[in-house]
Amino acid sequence: MTDHIVKSYDDEQRRLLNETLRMGEMAASQLEAALDVVQRRDDKAAERIIANDEAIDALEQEISHDVMKLALRGPMARDLRQILAAIRIAADIERIGDYAANVAKRSLALNLSPALPHIAGLHAIGTLAVKQVRDVLAAYRDGDIEAAKRVRASDIDIDSAYTSLFRELLTYMMEDARSITGCTHLLFMAKNIERIGDHATNIAENIWFLEKGDEQLPPREKRDGTNTASTP
Amino acid sequence: MNDAHITVATPARHVAALAEGAPLKLAARGLDFYYDKFRALQSIDLEIPEKRVTALIGPSGCGKSTLLRVFNRIYALYPKMTATGEVLLDGENILDPKYPINRLRSKVGMVFQKPVPFPMTIFENVAYAIRHHESLSKADMTARVELALRQAALWDEVKDKLGKSALGLSGGQQQRLCIARAVALKPDVLLLDEPTSALDPISTSRIEQLIEDLKKDYTIAIVTHNMQQAARVSDFTAFMYLGDLIEHGTTETIFSNPVKKQTEDYITGRFG
Repeated sequence: MTDHIVKSYDDEQRRLLNETLRMGEMAASQLEAALDVVQRRDDKAAERIIANDEAIDALEQEISHDVMKLALRGPMARDLRQILAAIRIAADIERIGDYAANVAKRSLALNLSPALPHIAGLHAIGTLAVKQVRDVLAAYRDGDIEAAKRVRASDIDIDSAYTSLFRELLTYMMEDARSITGCTHLLFMAKNIERIGDHATNIAENIWFLEKGDEQLPPREKRDGTNTASTP
Repeated sequence: MNDAHITVATPARHVAALAEGAPLKLAARGLDFYYDKFRALQSIDLEIPEKRVTALIGPSGCGKSTLLRVFNRIYALYPKMTATGEVLLDGENILDPKYPINRLRSKVGMVFQKPVPFPMTIFENVAYAIRHHESLSKADMTARVELALRQAALWDEVKDKLGKSALGLSGGQQQRLCIARAVALKPDVLLLDEPTSALDPISTSRIEQLIEDLKKDYTIAIVTHNMQQAARVSDFTAFMYLGDLIEHGTTETIFSNPVKKQTEDYITGRFG
């Protein structure tokens, strides 16, 4: 798109996009690090992740501030959709950061008892989520609606992985009641990661809104079957 | 219903927006306009629904003011200006020389960028135009002037000085006086040519509020350079460029998701 006649307008828009991308990358790294500390059972690193969440929150504040400044210009059309998309996307990233910190927090509780053999499943779904977040951020950076649509379609993989991990942990808890505490923490962690996938999907939908206006996206298939799951 | 023609962008949305049912008041059909040999408007097709506000936007020289001036044939005052095609007011072609100009002027009122009060009293400014078209008793005239001044949201400020010169009013008050003068004739259509570009923000807000009030009784077409103003006050927006009507749709669509790239570039400040 051609530049604005007022040059500083373009600078402010670029700054907003870069800040949002930076915030997104921070959240993705936080999630990656959280998955890592769960495997390594590293309490110190987990504490660091929990503390780092503040930096993401601070960036969200900055983004709000930048959006307000841009709103004073009376943006129209794509410029208008851009600031709306930016605050929504920043809110999704903020939630992703919270969930990542939550995973780290629960790892502290997990580390109080002996290691469980099921963290591999958590790591697998976590890796899917990290990829989703990075892919959707790249789509946002490039204004690539096809890539955004692919992210949205891939959320089903996280949902499926979450549902099978849920069933697996349920079975394990029935076999050995002593594992209930640990498995419950793992379940919440898995749920957090599944929610991260949903926020990546929200971001993908906002990219669609940004590029296409309010045209509706086709409905999405959902496969989180845990709402209705019962003991096998 | 004729409104289907306004459908320029995505049909479903526009039809939905128009389904509330504003009948057509004013329509240009294949309208061309020439300043001598220069073609200032090129086959304009534009429909203006009744009791709605339609904004005309576009860079200087795009033809929006020219179009407004065709709507009340004010161009006919000047030599070498010609309009071809049709402008239908309630289905009648006002460009037809047989359409009486007095009737047109009483049906279509106009307010200009710079308020031009006559050098007479506030009361006479409003009464003068009425007298030109009707003969009223003194009591009726007083009531009529008061009504016009009330409609223009000026009454409370001038009711104690109706006999004073209109030239002593502030710019914003003078502009509202001009609006009172226009509505005094009980027109159907009000044409506003950048009515607030010479006014301060408070006076501008008063006029914008007034436009919202007047829309209950009048069909309004407004030319404005202020896009935020168009977005605030209008129901429909038409974007013009170099004598062409580029895009016309609901104001919401034009300013949030226009169809044409030229419209987007203009309203986002990328050329113009």
